[in-house]
Amino acid sequence: MSKKGFFGRLLGGGAAADAEPAPAPVPAPETEASWFARMKGGLSKSSSRLTQGLTDLFTKRKLDDEALEELEELLITADLGVATAGRVTRRLAKSRFGEDIDADEIKAALAEEITAILAPVARPLAPDFSRKPHVVLVVGVNGSGKTTTIGKLAKHYRDQGRTVLLAAGDTFRAAAVEQLKVWGERTGCPVIARDTGADAAGLVFDALAQAQAEGADLLFIDTAGRLQNKTDLMDELKKVVRVIKKNDESAPHDVLLVLDATVGQNAHSQVEVFKEMVSVTGLVLTKLDGTARGGVLVALAEKFGLPVHAIGVGEQAGDLRPFAAAGFARSLVGLE
Amino acid sequence: MFESLSDRLSKVFAKLTGRGALSEADVTEALREVRLALLEADVALSVVKDFVARVKERAVGQEVVKSVSPGQMVVKIVHDELIATLGAEGVELNLAAVPPAVILMVGLQGSGKTTTSGKLAVRLKKDRKKVLLASLDVYRPAAQQQLEILARQAEVGALPIVMGEMPVAIARRALDVGRKEGYDVVVLDTAGRLHIDAELMAEVAAVRDVAKPVETLLVADAMTGQDAVTLAREFNEKVGVTGIVLTRVDGDSRGGAALSMRAVTGRPIKFLGMGEKLDALEPFHPDRLAGRILGMGDVVSLVEKAMETVDQDEAERLAKRMEKGKFDLNDMLSQFRQVEKMGDLKGILGMLPGMGKMADQLKDAKIDNKVMGRQKAIILSMTPGERRNPDLIKASRKKRIAAGSGVSIQDVNKLLKQYQQMADMMKKVGKLGQKGLMRHGLGGLMPPGGGFGGGKRFGR
Repeated sequence: MSKKGFFGRLLGGGAAADAEPAPAPVPAPETEASWFARMKGGLSKSSSRLTQGLTDLFTKRKLDDEALEELEELLITADLGVATAGRVTRRLAKSRFGEDIDADEIKAALAEEITAILAPVARPLAPDFSRKPHVVLVVGVNGSGKTTTIGKLAKHYRDQGRTVLLAAGDTFRAAAVEQLKVWGERTGCPVIARDTGADAAGLVFDALAQAQAEGADLLFIDTAGRLQNKTDLMDELKKVVRVIKKNDESAPHDVLLVLDATVGQNAHSQVEVFKEMVSVTGLVLTKLDGTARGGVLVALAEKFGLPVHAIGVGEQAGDLRPFAAAGFARSLVGLE
Repeated sequence: MFESLSDRLSKVFAKLTGRGALSEADVTEALREVRLALLEADVALSVVKDFVARVKERAVGQEVVKSVSPGQMVVKIVHDELIATLGAEGVELNLAAVPPAVILMVGLQGSGKTTTSGKLAVRLKKDRKKVLLASLDVYRPAAQQQLEILARQAEVGALPIVMGEMPVAIARRALDVGRKEGYDVVVLDTAGRLHIDAELMAEVAAVRDVAKPVETLLVADAMTGQDAVTLAREFNEKVGVTGIVLTRVDGDSRGGAALSMRAVTGRPIKFLGMGEKLDALEPFHPDRLAGRILGMGDVVSLVEKAMETVDQDEAERLAKRMEKGKFDLNDMLSQFRQVEKMGDLKGILGMLPGMGKMADQLKDAKIDNKVMGRQKAIILSMTPGERRNPDLIKASRKKRIAAGSGVSIQDVNKLLKQYQQMADMMKKVGKLGQKGLMRHGLGGLMPPGGGFGGGKRFGR
C-alpha cells in the first residue's frame, strides 16, 4: 500500500479507511503525481495571480497590517469571499503578527489555516453496497458537470467490479440522454432512459425498480440542471425524491450537489437551497483544472460543513480525484 | 444575506448631520461599503479597485442636492458610474460581411454556448435571416446531436454531422454549405475549453483563421466568480472577442462577472440568457444589471414580469366586477391563478429593493405556493352555485368540501373567512374605482390578516 501514500494519508483521517471490503475511496489515480502535476501546470500556465502575488508580497518582510490586508485581498481573488478571507487572515495575524516571515512560510501558514477548515469535510463517498442498490442522486445548476461526474464515478466503481446502473433523469435538455448513454457505453454500465420530454420522476421510479430487481450495487441518477431560484423546477426535483422514497424509504442514500469551481459567491445560495429542498449530503467540485481555484469551498465548509467527496480535474473518465484538504489548501495559496 | 447598498450607505451617513459638499472622509467611508457590495457581487478585485478610485474622484467635493441624503447621492454616483462602465445598451450583432456572416461561439465548459447558439438562431430567424448551425464540439458526448436538435426546434438549418471530422474541417464544410445554399448567417458552436489549455486554444484560433468570423462571442455564466477577469482576458488575447453573452441571468446571482469581463476586454455585453427556452435571450440593459450588482433590486424586470404574466382580459374583467363591488369565490380562484402564474412569491420579493429581510420573514411565515394550491383545491371542490354564492355553504356542505379537497373543516372555514375579508376589501376598492385598483395593485387585493393562510401578516 505504499504506493497509495498520498491517498492513504487523506483517507487515513476518516473512519472509512479501515472499513472491511476495501471501501471505495473515490477514484484512485493512475499515478499519484498526475493531479498535482495538472494543478501545478494550470497554475504555472495561468498568470498565477495568487502565487505571484504572494511571492511579490513577502520576500522577507514583517507581517504587519498592510501585509495582512494584501493577504486578505489575495484570498478574495480566490473566491473565498470577503468574510471568510477576513477571518482566515485574522486568525493568521493572531499567531504570527509582527514576525519577519518569508513567502513560503506565509504560504504554508495560510495553507494550514485553510486546511484546518477543510479537513473535517474531506470525506470520500462511501457507498454501502449491501443496499442493492445504493442510490446516488446527482443534482446541480445547469452546466456544472453532473453528467460528466456521473460518467467518472461510474467508471471508478465499474473498475472495482461493481454493477452500476445509470438513470438518465435529465429528460429536459436536448441530447442529455444521449450524453449519458455515451458514458454508459464507455464504462459498460446500462443506462435507463426515456425520450426527452418524458416525466423524470416516472423514469426514476422504473430505474430504481430495475436496479432492485437486478440487485445492482449502485444506481446513479442524473437530473436536469436547474437554477435554485426556480421553484417549479425545484419542486420537480422534490417529486423525484418522493418517488424514490416510495420504493425505498432509506433512499436516496447520497444526494450529491455538483458545483463548478468557477462559481463565485452564488455557491452559497446554491448549497442553501438545494440542501433545504432535497437534503444534499455531499459536494463535488468540478473544473478545478482551470485557473479558478474554487475558494468558495472554504466558506461553504465553514458555513454548511457538508462533506466534499471529490473534485473534477478534466474531461476524461479518470479525471476525478478524492478531495484532499491539505492539497487543495496548498494549491489555493500557490504552494505545490 | 446581502444587504442592499442603499441600506448600508444610509447607516454610514446616518451619523452625518451636516449638509453641503461631500468630504473626502465621508466618501472614503462610504466607498468601503461600495467595495464590499461589489466584491460580494463577484466583481473581480482589480476591477473593484479601479472602479472605487473613479467614483471617489467624482464624489469628493460633490454638492449634495437638498432633496436627497448623502447616502442616496453616493448611490447615484456609483450607479451612474456603473452604467457607464457596463457600456451602452442594445449593441446589435454586426453582420456586415459577404454572406454567410460567421458567428463563432467560445467559452468554458458548461457556460451555455450550445443553448445560446440555438437562441441566437431563433433571434436571427425573426430578423428573416437564413441561419445554419454547426457544432464543432467533437469532445463532449452528444454535443453535436444537442445542437442538431436545437436547430430543429428553432427551425433553422443544421450542418449534417460527420463522425470523426475535426473542428477546422467542420468549419470549412459549414462555410461551404453556407455559401452554396445561400445562408445569411453561419453560427459555429465550439467545444467548451479552458483558457489555459494551449492545445484547444490553438485549435479555436485555427478555426477563427479559417472562418473569419464577424462576431466572436464569449459565452460566460453570470455566476462566475473572480476568475471572470482571467478567462475573459485570456479568451480575448488568444481568440479575439467581439462581444459577451452573459448566461443564467435568470438565476439569483448578482452578476458582478459582467462588470469584470467588460472592464478587462472593453467588449460590449450583447445579450443576456434569461432561461432554458429558445426565446429566452434578451438584449443587454446596463441599468438593470447595475441595480442588481448593487443589490438594489430589479424593479423594471419585476414590472415586466408582472405585465407578461397577468392575463389582461382577466384583469379587466375582475376590475369591472370590483368596480361594482362584486367578488365571489370564482374571482378569488382567478386571483390565486394570476399570482401563481407570476411565479414564486419569494422570487418576486427578491426582485424588490430592500425586500431581502422580507423574504426571510416570509420563509418563517411558511407562505409557500403549496398553501395556495390547497386553497385552490378547496374552491374547486365547491359547486358552481356555491362559488357564486358562498353564503350557501353551511355545515354539511363544508364537510363535503373538506372531504373533496382533502383538508380539514377548519381549513375550509379559514378560506371562507379569508374570502370574506377579501370581499370586504373589494367593496372598498370598488368605491375607489379603477384608479384605486391601479394604485393599490395586487397588494391591495391581499387580505388584511390571513395572507395566504400563513398566519403572519404578509406585507406591511
